[in-house]
Amino acid sequence: MALLVIEDLYVNYGHIAALKGINLQVAEGEIVTLLGANGAGKSTTLRAISSLIKPKQGRIIFRGQDLQRVPAHDIVRIGIAHAPEGRRVFATLSVAENLLLGGYWRRRDRRGIQETLSKVYEFFPRLAERRHQLAGTLSGGEQQMLAIGRALMADPKLLMLDEPSLGLAPLLVQNIFRVIREINQLGVTVLLVEQNVRAALRLADRGSVLETGRVVLSGTAKELAQDERVRKSYLGEQ
Amino acid sequence: MKERLRNIRNRHHWWPLVLLGAGWFCVPLFANSYWTDVANFFGIYMLLGLSLNIIVGYAGMFNLGHAAFYAVGAYTTAIINTRFGIPLLVLMPIAALTAAGFAALITRPVLHLRGDYLCIVTIGFGEIVRIALINNPFGLTGGPNGVLGIDRPALFGFTFYQPGHFFYLIWVIVILVMFGMRRLENSRLGRAWNYVREDELAAEAMGIDATNMKLLAFILGAGLAGIAGTLYAGKMTVIAPESFGFWESVVMFAIVVLGGPGSIPGVVVGTFGMFVLPEIFRGFSSARMLVFGAAMMLMMIFRPQGLWPSQRVLRVRQAEGLESQGSAAGRPA
Repeated sequence: MALLVIEDLYVNYGHIAALKGINLQVAEGEIVTLLGANGAGKSTTLRAISSLIKPKQGRIIFRGQDLQRVPAHDIVRIGIAHAPEGRRVFATLSVAENLLLGGYWRRRDRRGIQETLSKVYEFFPRLAERRHQLAGTLSGGEQQMLAIGRALMADPKLLMLDEPSLGLAPLLVQNIFRVIREINQLGVTVLLVEQNVRAALRLADRGSVLETGRVVLSGTAKELAQDERVRKSYLGEQ
Repeated sequence: MKERLRNIRNRHHWWPLVLLGAGWFCVPLFANSYWTDVANFFGIYMLLGLSLNIIVGYAGMFNLGHAAFYAVGAYTTAIINTRFGIPLLVLMPIAALTAAGFAALITRPVLHLRGDYLCIVTIGFGEIVRIALINNPFGLTGGPNGVLGIDRPALFGFTFYQPGHFFYLIWVIVILVMFGMRRLENSRLGRAWNYVREDELAAEAMGIDATNMKLLAFILGAGLAGIAGTLYAGKMTVIAPESFGFWESVVMFAIVVLGGPGSIPGVVVGTFGMFVLPEIFRGFSSARMLVFGAAMMLMMIFRPQGLWPSQRVLRVRQAEGLESQGSAAGRPA
């Protein structure tokens, strides 16, 4: 059974329709990527799943539970962690403090938090080296690692990453995508929003292409990579 | 001077603080009753500053109506005491709870407002409370004359009535509250406020109920202001609506902002600047407002982070400095 099901989802910002009937399924253990240009509705989809915005219509079902009445701060408790666009790490807090925030809701589970923390430091040795440094002093790539690490601290079933490659050097993108794969191999399902289509399709099992609030194409990563429209519009091939 | 300040800031050098505190507690032995009373109001304003600091400093919400909570505490104490004769120190927790409950009721519907909008609404709250008190609802508040004949606080048969007595009562409470604040800052709740203030959306996404946290800040801040209200009522034995006007809210707000939001020593420095300095220069009273205004402008130009900013604010400034150096050197992302 699918871990996450989105049925006919409509979201408006004021009078402007951002999503016009999205359908999407994510099975347990998969890496699914949402592709598309700016303003296609990728981030909006993630924000709707996180309950940060209320859908106008449609359903989001996670592990059989309708998320409509779940407030944003409870989303992380049922197993969805969101690493938002632009990282949004707390510049005034140290790396370790930022990570502990990720485990905020697991307050009674100190051992579990410590275990996850050492796991995060294993994924990102750079964060371990800089654990006492202020997050605001990290480089862009390190901040992205921190944003992913913070989301992992919530011990999620589903990890949602919003443009983790944004503004990073190609080598760092490779590094981060390798870690995303490792995280996935430990059993965390990943929903990845990307504009870096080439890298995303190498990593993902399946993908959907969004255009102005609609899913225009869905398939396995291989199918998408060979699709003519994808190759022309997103991979820049002739 | 800077060196010494740094020593006090350093947590391992706590003994200068103890010496300073011990010295401060000797003040009533030397000062006349006028200056002892100045010290008493210094303490009451510090409590108000510390309470507003929870709302403005920790949770990052503008509140220009804090005098309303102070008034609720003072009037609760005054009315119950004059009608039923319940001792003041027993009423202190009741005043705190009433002020906190009042805050919960009136702020809950407006918590979603941000920045200046919330600020305007709180100004409204402050004025509504003041005008309501003048209008003498149910014959309780005594209208513009206020409530007269409030008892002095008493503890184990000892009545506090001289300025020196009040000094110890007020300052023991101030010191206790300062310790409490220090603990609060580093607690789970304190950290949650920090997250909500810095980035509400990211905090929500990490499982923090931002609305609840903001409500808690108002409840705790108002409760503490209520305690200050009890002390004020016991000190004055007469309270009137004019003591809880907009200007009081402005002074409290300025105490927090001047000292550095979120900083406990900042509140001490801010209260000194806003309350004790004007008292010292009372002789120049005609030029007071002029000097005050000029000082505010200079502050905002040269020291916008406050006179004694919190460690976190300092750290961010350092971090920002590093960041701009880093990008200037063309450091890759």
